[in-house]
Amino acid sequence: MANLTINGKTFTLEVEPDTPLLWAIRENAGLTGTKYGCGIAQCGACTVHMDGVAIRACGVSVSEAEGKKITTIEGLASGNSLHKVQEAWIAQDVPQCGYCQSGMIMAVAALLNEKPKPTDADIDEAITNICRCGTFQQVREAIHTIASA
Amino acid sequence: MNKHVSPKMNRRAFVIGTAALGAGLAIGLDIPFGGPAVVRAADGSPEVNAWVVVRPDDTVVIRIARSEMGQGSLTGLAQLVAEELECDWSKVTTEYPTPGQSVARKRAWGDFSTGGSRGIRSSQDYVRKGGATARLMLIQAAADEWKVPASECTAANSVITHTPSGKTTTYGKVAEAAAKLTPPADVKLKDPKDWKLIGKGLLRLDTADKTTGTTVYGIDVKQPGMLNAAIKDCPVFGGKLKSFDEAKVVGMKGVKKVVKVGDTAVAVVADTWWHAKTAIEALPIVWDEGDNAKVSSESIAKWLAEGLDNAQPAYVGNKNGDAKAAIAGAAKKIEAIYSYPYQNHATMEPMNATALHTADRCEAWCGTQNGEAAFAAVLEASGLPAEKCDVHKVMPGGGFGRRGQTDYVRQAVMIAKQMPGTPIKLLWSREEDMAHGRYHPITQCKMTGAFDADNNLVALHYRLSGQSILFSLRPEALQNGMDPAAFQGVAQSGEAAFGYSVPNLLIEHAMRNPHVPPGFWRGVNVNHNAIYMECFMDELAQAAGQDPLEFRRKLMGNHPKHLAVLNAVAEKIGWSTPAPQGVYRGIAQVMGYGSYVAGAAEISVTDGSKIKVHRIVASTDPGYVVNPAQVERQIAGSFVYGLSALFYGGCTVKDGRIEQTNFDTYNSMRINEMPKVEAVMVPSGGFWGGVGEPTIGVAAPAVLNAYFAATGKRIRSVPLRDQNITFA
Repeated sequence: MANLTINGKTFTLEVEPDTPLLWAIRENAGLTGTKYGCGIAQCGACTVHMDGVAIRACGVSVSEAEGKKITTIEGLASGNSLHKVQEAWIAQDVPQCGYCQSGMIMAVAALLNEKPKPTDADIDEAITNICRCGTFQQVREAIHTIASA
Repeated sequence: MNKHVSPKMNRRAFVIGTAALGAGLAIGLDIPFGGPAVVRAADGSPEVNAWVVVRPDDTVVIRIARSEMGQGSLTGLAQLVAEELECDWSKVTTEYPTPGQSVARKRAWGDFSTGGSRGIRSSQDYVRKGGATARLMLIQAAADEWKVPASECTAANSVITHTPSGKTTTYGKVAEAAAKLTPPADVKLKDPKDWKLIGKGLLRLDTADKTTGTTVYGIDVKQPGMLNAAIKDCPVFGGKLKSFDEAKVVGMKGVKKVVKVGDTAVAVVADTWWHAKTAIEALPIVWDEGDNAKVSSESIAKWLAEGLDNAQPAYVGNKNGDAKAAIAGAAKKIEAIYSYPYQNHATMEPMNATALHTADRCEAWCGTQNGEAAFAAVLEASGLPAEKCDVHKVMPGGGFGRRGQTDYVRQAVMIAKQMPGTPIKLLWSREEDMAHGRYHPITQCKMTGAFDADNNLVALHYRLSGQSILFSLRPEALQNGMDPAAFQGVAQSGEAAFGYSVPNLLIEHAMRNPHVPPGFWRGVNVNHNAIYMECFMDELAQAAGQDPLEFRRKLMGNHPKHLAVLNAVAEKIGWSTPAPQGVYRGIAQVMGYGSYVAGAAEISVTDGSKIKVHRIVASTDPGYVVNPAQVERQIAGSFVYGLSALFYGGCTVKDGRIEQTNFDTYNSMRINEMPKVEAVMVPSGGFWGGVGEPTIGVAAPAVLNAYFAATGKRIRSVPLRDQNITFA
């Protein structure tokens, strides 16, 4: 049993404390926007925010996440208004298959929160998500568009 | 619809389609273009024909048979239909017919297979006719209502206008009447110069949900009462499951059942996948690994190397003059041996499928590149007839050729069959996905080039040794034992034709098929053939003391389309002017999937081992460009796929199994390694080529040739990580 705060809501979940946060989010809280890609914190498909910081949810246990504020892709928008990263992603047609994009968007949102006008070097440093379709060029362009808005 | 059946379609799907019709499943409709009885979509809206449903509010639903997997052809295909339909693009939406519906309607939607960069090029004709036919029927319905000749009416933006009177109506208002009309027998398609939507970089139709986490991928499928399964298949290909100690895991949290899956695998079914995964990791399993456990990368390499010997048998794929004699008598000759390894598709979403098997029905939900092949797999694994099965396609988290195979669908059904009435979602771990790919085939190639006294290339012998995909996956497509696809990019003619004229040419394939299962890996045989040929072309140019571009140009006089894309990249990258200080260039071209492509790279190299790719220019002539924004993305993405394989890829074999287990041992490019890719589209018209794959072929050789220019060293094997070369 664990109490998790996800997207501003408290979830009381029937999970063992060592369950990876990723699977608690997907299977117990039922929020499937956060994706499984590797399970070893390599690919970034499961990126969520924990107290505002981008983390890989497959590498964090439920017990470590208790008491923290978790935000997933489903909680990024404010009500009906999409987050500026989501808006830019739509306007610039960033996703291809889209599977990695929940994690990519969460990583970019955290970067922009920290550095509203990131340089290419900042982007290279902060965005380490794998995208097998190869959307990197669109990701970079969209980040710069947001930063210059 | 037979004329639309691609010769490359899945054989089993076709057999089942035919069998189902023989069993009287056809529901008596005049398909594909409508009929007297109105066929209705699920919401009751009338089908004008199989491709077009119009709702009363003027929303146009365009049916798409091919799978969207990120490549953008869902949007492109909708553009093709909408172009001829003359509908309001802002009110277009799409839906997939199911393979079961298609079979029940005499394959109304043709081939579902989405591979070989065929999604658009193989269906453009009949989907445009579908749009044009629907437009004519909608106009006719309006004309009938107005009691005027249809020839006095025009349609644009879903509005029909009677020109003499100025009366107007909309598609939504006349769709019901149109659906009752007999479709015209013959329709004329627009002249390309009149296209309004085709050729425009319209935004994709499937983006918004991908930014909010609401798109449903296979891994996200939920069914009432669903349980989750984790699986382990024998890690040695061809091996079998001997035994497992169920007692060790049945008491574990959430575990419901441990089931044998065929002869080779075992699965744990649990309430959550995490519980299933935890239990299968704890399950003691004994494998009967068989003789394949003795195979290693070293033993495969040795066997393939033996195939490079001219004394060994080989299939001739392209021949001109007498290459062996010309080489024997040449003034100068050079020789080089190259190799290319196994590669895993490594789609971001590991393989998965959900299946529900009840007493008399079986359904599956999955991401698939071939709905009909998945359907055939459901029939085969369930043992049920076509009318009692169906497949519901969801968004795949990447395909790249891997999801054209149906092994994971078959497994899900085999598990669900053992738990009737309970939907089972089978998800592979990344480790399972790495261990059970359908790998890019492994090959080696020995090339010999010969010059006359004036440094003209007089002979080229290209001897490929290695694996055939068709031998393993579609043996019926072999031609007297030869795999014609093995010559993709170096073929005599056709959609992947060789772009050089050499007076004495011999291109042959010594087929050697190791036990590791090969598959269609994005770009397929073009990938290694382009690396071998284009890197060796640079070696030949060097031996002749000529510029790599000029050397190629001299051999390409009879191949103007190949030459045109090469010239396009040369011009754009500024080949005739010096590169910036410390930056070196490489160039490559190939034809594949009916398109002509070329690429040029600018790189710098530090300490001989750190490569920075500064800039890529890539050109493509696919005949027609349906959506330039998506073509641009396919070109850029092709470099990510091709360069990831070059730098980080390569699957090795030890004790009969694949050694790489996850992205830590099978890495993929990140944004910091991404060069700026400039796409140059030079569509010359008159033919339809694919865009998803051909460009991958030029990615690696362009960079490898630039590496030689920078260092004077030739790299003849992949991946670079084995040679301690990486991204800067």
